[in-house]
Amino acid sequence: MAEPALKTGEIFDEGLDKGIAKLTPEKIEQVVSSVLANETGARLRVYTDTCVHCGLCSEACHFYLSNDNNPAFSPAGKVKQTLWEILKKKGRVSPEFIKHAAEIAYTECNLCRRCSMYCPFGIDIAYLMLVIRRICHKLGVTPQYIQTTAHSHAATLNQMWVKDDEWIDTLMWQEEEAQDEISDLRIPLEKEGADVFYSVIGPEPKFRAQLIYQAAVIMNGAGVDWTMPATPGWDNSDMCMYTGDNEVMGRLKRAHFEAAMRLKVKRIVMGECGHAFRSVYDMGNRWLTWKMPPIPVIHALEFYHDIFKEGKIKIARKYDQPVTLHDPCNVVRGRGLHEMSRYVVNQTCEKLIEMEPNREHNFCCSAGGGVINCGPPFKNKRVEGNRTKAEQLFVAKAKGAKTVIAPCHNCHGGLEDIIHHYGLNMELKFLGDIIYECMEK
Amino acid sequence: MHGFYDFVSGPLVWISFILFICGSLYRLITMAVLAKEKDPMVYAYMDFYYAIRSIFHWIIPFGSVNMRRQPAMTIVTFAFHICLICVPLFLFAHVILWKESWNISWWFLSDGAADIMTMIVIGSCIFFLVRRLTRPEVRYLTSYSDFITLAIVAAPFITGFWVYHQWIGYKIMLIFHILSGEIMLVAIPFTRLSHMIFFPFTRGYMGSEFGAVKNARDW
Ligand code: SF4
Ligand code: SF4
Repeated sequence: MAEPALKTGEIFDEGLDKGIAKLTPEKIEQVVSSVLANETGARLRVYTDTCVHCGLCSEACHFYLSNDNNPAFSPAGKVKQTLWEILKKKGRVSPEFIKHAAEIAYTECNLCRRCSMYCPFGIDIAYLMLVIRRICHKLGVTPQYIQTTAHSHAATLNQMWVKDDEWIDTLMWQEEEAQDEISDLRIPLEKEGADVFYSVIGPEPKFRAQLIYQAAVIMNGAGVDWTMPATPGWDNSDMCMYTGDNEVMGRLKRAHFEAAMRLKVKRIVMGECGHAFRSVYDMGNRWLTWKMPPIPVIHALEFYHDIFKEGKIKIARKYDQPVTLHDPCNVVRGRGLHEMSRYVVNQTCEKLIEMEPNREHNFCCSAGGGVINCGPPFKNKRVEGNRTKAEQLFVAKAKGAKTVIAPCHNCHGGLEDIIHHYGLNMELKFLGDIIYECMEK
Repeated sequence: MHGFYDFVSGPLVWISFILFICGSLYRLITMAVLAKEKDPMVYAYMDFYYAIRSIFHWIIPFGSVNMRRQPAMTIVTFAFHICLICVPLFLFAHVILWKESWNISWWFLSDGAADIMTMIVIGSCIFFLVRRLTRPEVRYLTSYSDFITLAIVAAPFITGFWVYHQWIGYKIMLIFHILSGEIMLVAIPFTRLSHMIFFPFTRGYMGSEFGAVKNARDW
């Protein structure tokens, strides 16, 4: 059907624009056919054949809602502009088409899977967007910022170019800092046979070392037998999963699991990060052909829940500002931890004010799926593409919520931008921040 | 004229049933084989209990959040699908045909009920058409094939209604009725109408992923 021009504004991105400059139609056709023939199968076919073009998935997506119901931002609308067209033309599409497809798949979809709960057929739009990302990755057309982190992963096995000695230094520095507060506190490195292997994302030692400090205080306070590795494999994050670089995703996850195996720990506990959990629990393990992770993987929310349930942490004074709780997609739709997080919030805070909708039906922060990692060129689109979240937060604020708890790094980044852009003036915290603040030390 | 009638009501019925059944089996089997080869994880994660749990929520009217958000669409969709399946199966005139050729018979609808249900199908098709043309998010996804599919579904009911009421030219209409019914049967495995055969698998798989792996609800 004839289509109106739906989007305006060309965004320049070094990675996308330089990437397509190297493409020829033959190259595109060859890569598309090889990905479709070798890496996709029944799911892709059934999802494209079964979609009845009903549009019922539209209102699931915050991009669609926030862009005044612009159909180009609806879940199926994004598939139409990318995959349907590629299939119809059998891969004979232009470099400009690939740039547009990359922009949609990398920066207009958070892979949050909310739409799969709204489509009557449960069509996995996020998976289809990942197929597009895979094609773009193989064509060398990826947004520059996220690609830089993927390069770091490939070179150092962590996201932030942290050198091996810097990692150890950071842990020792945080240990020392924390010893000013709790003199016998340790951050046990390389402890074989420990109960818990604690892993974090690359940005923690780089920008938020305080979180490692806090985690150490919580571990110490709860009397957990824990350790962190002094070798690569400490970083559980994974931007390669989002650029479409499955091979490096596999290497990262292998290094992470192997570090835990080498230390003969009982389980991995991960910090408050959603995408890293998806990578370890859902996507990376599958690439390595593990149906479930080879060693139990516990997200921070579940871990906090368990230590509170077992009474290992006592609260000195509850957090007295009313709070609202954001449900990160990757641990709520991805692991169902929403009741556990509420349990911990109720243990630590005076008052929880719910956002609507919540739990599995939460709206994404719009940072997930690697979108925030695509960097400044796409920031406005990302923040304006989530007015919906701002409205949700605004309602919670009107009911009295002063603090937003976002137990996920990406959500933190995304919500920080939203709070700032829409002038919401709310405080943003990790759940670990609250526990650290309120616990008996 | 008579010769053509005999053809559409004889051999073509056989052909269309064979194409419908074999075509559906062919689609299911080729997809199952392809999945085994390229998406083996589908087999690994498919979980009977959670698949059924999800399907159940999606075949009950208003069983999912989105259905409650779209009440008009939900009512029309359910009424449409129920009538679409029941009318051809339980129409007295059809049951008689089975009785005559195979000497088997089953429960049938009263003519009045069947008439109303046929109108529901036709009315729903009009609703879908209007929705497709007027809602921007649906229109955006629409291609010509969607109108053709809708026409394929509406045709047997419009012609059947015509024949039942013996309006002008109903004898020719009868031929069109049989023919359009046959086209629809054959179209099921080979067009987007195949959502009928794939629904339990796509929904069941998402239900399994959400339920068994992700410990969450998908409705
Ligand atoms: S952002 Fe979420 S709701 Fe929107 S299309 Fe992507 S997965 Fe679906
Ligand atoms: S993805 Fe599902 S809800 Fe969206 S248009 Fe297709 S069938 Fe309808």
